[in-house]
Amino acid sequence: MSKEKKSEVREPLIHLSKRTTISPLKAWTIRLIAIVLGLLVCGLAAFLLIEKLQQNPERIGEFYQTFIRGSFSTSRKLWKYLKNTSVLLVISLGLTVAFRMRFWNIGGEGQTLVSVLGAIAVDFYLGGRIPEWILLILMFFAALLSGALWGIIPAVFRAKWGTNETLFTLMMNYVATYLVSYFLVIWVPSGSSSLGKLKYGKLPTLYNEQLLIVLTALFLTIALYIYLNYTKHGYEINVVGESVRTAQYVGISERKVIIRTMILSGAICGLAGYLIAAGSDQTVTTNSVGGQGFTGILVAWLGKFNPLAMILTAGLIQVLNQGAGQISQDFGVDNALPNVIVGIVLFFIIGSEFFINYEIHFRGHHSRANARKEAAK
Amino acid sequence: MEKQLALQMRGITKRFGSVLANDHVDLDVYRGEILAVLGENGCGKTTLMNMIAGIYFPDEGQILIDGKEVVIRSPKDAFIHKIGMIHQHFKLVDLFTAAENVVLGTESGEKYSLKAVNAQVAQIAEKYGFRLDPTKKIYDMSVSEKQTVEIIKVLYRGADILILDEPTAVLTPQEITRLFDVLRRMKEDGKSIIIITHKLNEVMEVSDRVAILRRGQHVATVNTSETDETQLTTMMVGRRISLNIERTKPVNPKPRLIVEGLNLYNTEGVHVLKDISFTANGGEILGIAGIAGSGQRELLESISGLQPVESGKITFYNPKKDRPVSFFHKSIKQVRALAEQGAFHDRNLNDVTFHGMSNKAVRKWVENGDVLFREDEIMNLRDKDPLEIRQLGVHLSFVPEDRLGMGLVGNMDITDNMMLRNYRKGKAGFLNRKKPRAQAEEIIRDLEVATPGVTTPVRRLSGGNVQKVLVGREIAYTPKVLMAAYPVRGLDINSSYTIYNLLNRQKESGVAVIYVGEDLDVLLELCDRIMVMNGGKVTGIMDARTATKEEIGLLMTKTEERKEEDA
Amino acid sequence: MNIWLGFLIDSLAFGATFIYGSTGEILTEKAGHLNLGIPGIMCMGGAGGCLVLNTIGKSGLPPFLIVFLGILGALVFAVFSGLIYSFLTITLRANQNVTGLTLTTFGVGLSKVIVSKLNPVVYLVSTRDYYHWPFAAEKNSLQLLGVLFFLAIIVALLSSWILFRTRVGLQLRAVGENPATADAVGINVTRYKYLATCIGSGIAGLGGFYYIIDYMCSQEAYLSVEALGWLSIALVIFALWRPHMTIIGSTVFGILFSLGGFITNISWIKVTMATTPLLKMLPYVVTIIVLVISSIRNKRENQPPASLGLSYFREER
Repeated sequence: MSKEKKSEVREPLIHLSKRTTISPLKAWTIRLIAIVLGLLVCGLAAFLLIEKLQQNPERIGEFYQTFIRGSFSTSRKLWKYLKNTSVLLVISLGLTVAFRMRFWNIGGEGQTLVSVLGAIAVDFYLGGRIPEWILLILMFFAALLSGALWGIIPAVFRAKWGTNETLFTLMMNYVATYLVSYFLVIWVPSGSSSLGKLKYGKLPTLYNEQLLIVLTALFLTIALYIYLNYTKHGYEINVVGESVRTAQYVGISERKVIIRTMILSGAICGLAGYLIAAGSDQTVTTNSVGGQGFTGILVAWLGKFNPLAMILTAGLIQVLNQGAGQISQDFGVDNALPNVIVGIVLFFIIGSEFFINYEIHFRGHHSRANARKEAAK
Repeated sequence: MEKQLALQMRGITKRFGSVLANDHVDLDVYRGEILAVLGENGCGKTTLMNMIAGIYFPDEGQILIDGKEVVIRSPKDAFIHKIGMIHQHFKLVDLFTAAENVVLGTESGEKYSLKAVNAQVAQIAEKYGFRLDPTKKIYDMSVSEKQTVEIIKVLYRGADILILDEPTAVLTPQEITRLFDVLRRMKEDGKSIIIITHKLNEVMEVSDRVAILRRGQHVATVNTSETDETQLTTMMVGRRISLNIERTKPVNPKPRLIVEGLNLYNTEGVHVLKDISFTANGGEILGIAGIAGSGQRELLESISGLQPVESGKITFYNPKKDRPVSFFHKSIKQVRALAEQGAFHDRNLNDVTFHGMSNKAVRKWVENGDVLFREDEIMNLRDKDPLEIRQLGVHLSFVPEDRLGMGLVGNMDITDNMMLRNYRKGKAGFLNRKKPRAQAEEIIRDLEVATPGVTTPVRRLSGGNVQKVLVGREIAYTPKVLMAAYPVRGLDINSSYTIYNLLNRQKESGVAVIYVGEDLDVLLELCDRIMVMNGGKVTGIMDARTATKEEIGLLMTKTEERKEEDA
Repeated sequence: MNIWLGFLIDSLAFGATFIYGSTGEILTEKAGHLNLGIPGIMCMGGAGGCLVLNTIGKSGLPPFLIVFLGILGALVFAVFSGLIYSFLTITLRANQNVTGLTLTTFGVGLSKVIVSKLNPVVYLVSTRDYYHWPFAAEKNSLQLLGVLFFLAIIVALLSSWILFRTRVGLQLRAVGENPATADAVGINVTRYKYLATCIGSGIAGLGGFYYIIDYMCSQEAYLSVEALGWLSIALVIFALWRPHMTIIGSTVFGILFSLGGFITNISWIKVTMATTPLLKMLPYVVTIIVLVISSIRNKRENQPPASLGLSYFREER
């Protein structure tokens, strides 16, 4: 008996091991707990940051209600929510294609922005001079091509020389931003650099302005799910992502797959850009994408690069965003508050993945397990 | 002189998940001795040593040093107790110099000065007879130099107990001799040396005592002077084995693959294949013997189209004579062109030309199986990538050395791994998983693969089962040439025999089998002919039925450089 | 003073922001962690410093104490952000890109919420002269070379010295190159990663603080810190992971970034407004070119740390 106690002390306090499997129920329970904890911490942060809440602590209930109200209280908000989620979803779908290949494309922001620019450029020069439907088609292709171009540049260098794609695509985001400022200076000679809403190039209304966008996103999600899991291209993406040597071994050209996939990735971001340009904004600013290219990375990662799961994760992040936006309005705080709230909740979700992937054994785990076994005898 | 105990292990147990890697192992090590830890692959030798070195923490048991119980939680703890381990996969920072690697992780009060470290490293090297430039970067070093750095690293820390994990696996015979000299000198210096190995001759040559492990259990420890290789083998594998591989006479061997004057430079510009020529016959197993790194991998990879060669010919004789033509890999245009060249005849041995026939008629004729090849098809495989070789209709199977890094995708399930070779089949862009799935089920059944099901990712399977999946897939592809690099490495005896039998069955069905192996006994009993490679050259091709181990060993190791050194 | 010399000094002073940001990021990357949270951390550092100055700005404390406490405030906020990142990526082994991006979202947001409520008269105007010491009385751009500017140079040189000339630096680089090796020789990988990330974050945080308080001295300045943070990450590549190189690189970046605004003020150079965005784009383009060239030349010493972006788990089998 004394011997066993001794061995207990010698074990390290905490011991980690990688889990081989975990039931989906358990995994989602862990994630749900993380979200709840994150929201509780948000409440604490709110006390620190929102003066109105410090004066009336009883309004904390209202604080949480506002999360839901932000997206669902009126049908206008609901549609806005659906539209924003859809655009975010399309961007993250574009990124997922690359991520599946272990190509860390964090240039979604730039790819989307440059395609908004492409579409608006067509609109700016041709709007009103050609029939609206031709204009819309041209804008569509301009957007897709610009996005694909932005995707193919880092892909070529990665394929040929192994240039680090994370850093490359990151830089491309800012090249895109200043490209937009450049064109704004050219298009708006007055110096205000604000283009204003253009008259032409607006997607037709289907029931309302948003439905078409939502349907496009849903269709694309399903299409990509099929593409990634049931087609030869999708299979090749997986093989290249898992092991370049295996790809060579079976005669898959790594370069070809990288370039082809990044064209697709860029073009899907291009579609998102088109939805922004023709679907809602009809203008371009350096902030047209508003960081959704980065949020898209989180959506894709949280959804484990599974298009169907990403509907959920995009929806969740958008609820937080819009809810927190509503809070900053109702409680009179800076409009940067959503970033704080989303950040906190995401920290918890990111952290929770650890408990899904690893198992933690505390000191004495084995001796206790042994004791249990003996008791069972 | 009374022998002094340096290290004791008492009841050490370690589990990985459900696998019991070490089961209550007891082991003693004395000062000033070389202890060999002998065992088959996967018997838990390395795991056991990793627990002394602080890489793993034992689930149960005690470790005593100089009679006192100690806790080794980390490599740092191991150093404190003067234990140093030289891992099989070197743990060096490529970007650093030898001296920087040596000094890494040491803590001393004195000022950090690379110059002083360089001097100290040179001094240790001299004391034990190593050759090493302390300022050379690791990425510029040969394997043997890297190993030297590892040993000096451990000595620099003042280790008294040195553990070497399979130190000879990657060395040339001369390097092995030199290493053993160094080890003996360290022994005389009073150090305890543990050497993990599965090579019996080395055990006999260098060790004082041998500890044998089998399936995670300690079988016995014996004095080397009181034992012999037969006894050790018996203890190692648990029963007396004689290698009785059924070898049939090759039936009607015909050239299938001819390699002539092949030269290859690797990406670093090193001349790795020098003027290689040989013929592989159908219905025969051609063994390739040689020390690891003599160019075997490069040879197989250049044949299968993975490495672009500098010069030489790789010719494949597709056994087509008197077989029906099909459209499987040929377009109707290609078939018509071949007919013009007189490549076909019909059932009555008349020449076939398709003059004046519509495509439809040609198609019908061919599909009826009435158009036959007149001769074997001679194909040039040089400068073709694996995909082009496939598209030519050449059934060339390759079981690479690196199973999960090259032959299979670890995170994919068995079905998806089955598809790797032929997922392109069919015109549609969609995958067809029906056939691969059936194939996966067939392999699991026929080769007795232990797996929960076809949807299990292959990386979760054990080494032997992974290899069965890989070999099974390559055979399912009905190869004409089957190349296998170290297909039994890391496998237990049972799985190894499964693989030998599979290769033999392929040979009997007329396949040209090329087998790269390391165990000479197996090569001699399995193969029909043995080609010996040495430093990128072919140093001999001999009949496996008459050759002896000594002959092959000599061809493997004799080099011009060595002559110079000996002189 | 010569207008060009003035411009050069201005660019030098502006560049100090990047020196902080990049040196911080280099330390982190050398430990194997690509911290995309640097923009957020710089914002947090700025916010922390401003918050402290807002509290003590009119308290009549001795100037050196105000300078010191301001810096301390920036450090505390930045290191706190670095701790969030470290805990998630080192202890919980989370994906570095995702964690970093989230930290940037969070940090940028929080700093805006905090700073927008402060009183610029208190935290900027009343403390300005202390930070501009010793050139506070100058009326030209020389006044920009203050305490924090010199601190930046010292930090960069010191970091280089530690990284490449000391045992600690050797071990830190080993952790970033090959953590398994570092672990095997007894280096406490976790501790090194934590220290490098947190110290790096602290340094980066000073960059944000410097930019708001010292260089710009304007209420709106905190809004542009994020963009400078991304530029700092770019500069790491430009400097080929050597802190002392950031001094040169930051000046180049500083010149390119402010050249547009500068030359439009000179009557004899005829440029349009449209040149400005193109010039501002240049640092990123140059960085891309450097990245591409160093990957083509493939010199081992100029590559990112080998294990950059990968989590380390000892018992991985």
